[in-house]
Amino acid sequence: MNRYLAIVPAHNEVGAIAATIGEIHAAAPQFDVLVIDDGSTDDTAAAALAAGARVVSLPFNVGIGAAVQCGYLYAQAHGHEVAVQVDGDGQHDPRDIPRLLAVLSAESDTHLVTGSRFLHADGQAGEPRAGHRSTAYRRLGIVVFARVVSALTRQRVTDPTSGYRMTDRIGIELFARDYPSDYPEVEAIVLAHTYALHTREVGVRMRPRSSGRSKISASVSVYYLIKVLLAVFVSALRTHPQGEPGALSEGAP
Amino acid sequence: MSLLAAARVTETTVTFQRAGVIVFAVVVFLVVFELVRRRALMERYALLWLGAAVVLVVLAVWRGLLTSVSGDLHIYTPVNALFAAGFVFTVALLLHFSMVISRLSEQNKVLAQRLALLDQRVGTLEQGPELANGDDPVEAGTRAVGKR
Repeated sequence: MNRYLAIVPAHNEVGAIAATIGEIHAAAPQFDVLVIDDGSTDDTAAAALAAGARVVSLPFNVGIGAAVQCGYLYAQAHGHEVAVQVDGDGQHDPRDIPRLLAVLSAESDTHLVTGSRFLHADGQAGEPRAGHRSTAYRRLGIVVFARVVSALTRQRVTDPTSGYRMTDRIGIELFARDYPSDYPEVEAIVLAHTYALHTREVGVRMRPRSSGRSKISASVSVYYLIKVLLAVFVSALRTHPQGEPGALSEGAP
Repeated sequence: MSLLAAARVTETTVTFQRAGVIVFAVVVFLVVFELVRRRALMERYALLWLGAAVVLVVLAVWRGLLTSVSGDLHIYTPVNALFAAGFVFTVALLLHFSMVISRLSEQNKVLAQRLALLDQRVGTLEQGPELANGDDPVEAGTRAVGKR
């Protein structure tokens, strides 16, 4: 039983899941690996079990937000102190996990660390580092979200759509209780901020997907943009407790 | 003379229309009752539709009600008051259903998550307590129950 948990949401990722699990075991052996099989119709769950991961299989496809939240519920019930989200499709390089953990552990007031593909090692924002490509629509959406989230959280956020996240016990408790549904990453950052959880970004290199395909096509991007902006503004207008970090007990939604 | 004939024709038409509305309302009544009897429709939604049918019958039987109500509302063509009321009723109903669907989706999500977590837990427990993630099942179970 480790203190740390890697949450790997996977939907029909039989081609990549075993490699991802193996890489996490190799790069971050102090992490338990939990695969959330989000209603896969292929043998993702069996492949993950064979690769030595724990597997929670959702009875049908519930979407990335609910799948990730399921991982946080597991971490909450099993007493994990740190949880990191690693996509099952191979985009996130598990070799970055120790760097995320180092930042989270070193700064006692930081509760959420995001791996940003737009942040360089020297802390300067810029073009994504080699290895990552995305469409013009997605780039535009990321720029808009980065501006909005930076303004709302009053700090520079370069990659609000990154799902490569690590959080401590306080973040685990928050996300187990309340996590956005459809396209959760942007909202989750704003949600953490409204609960006074300090967030940080660490530059990472993201890789092309090794299998499967992205859920966000050009035509869906517009819906994604509008839906997430609405959700972010509504979330900012909700009354959240603004006291100490992790003050979740009373008046939470 | 021709004016009187025209009035009589209008009178016949109105009577025919009223009969039509009453027949329609009765059909709605019967269909709703049958759906409830087959447990295809819950009583709380049945009441809504029965209420709508009652309103239709009242308007058809009580001549002048629609005219006076629309007059009070400064709507000069009574049928427009009827259309407006029907439109508002429909929009309110659709909004209500959207809320119901949102709540059901949320409950559905929570059920799927709980089921998946319990399924995993049963799987580990069946392999033997020493493999059950090193966690005390009773303690973890208490935590899970007290969670929400």
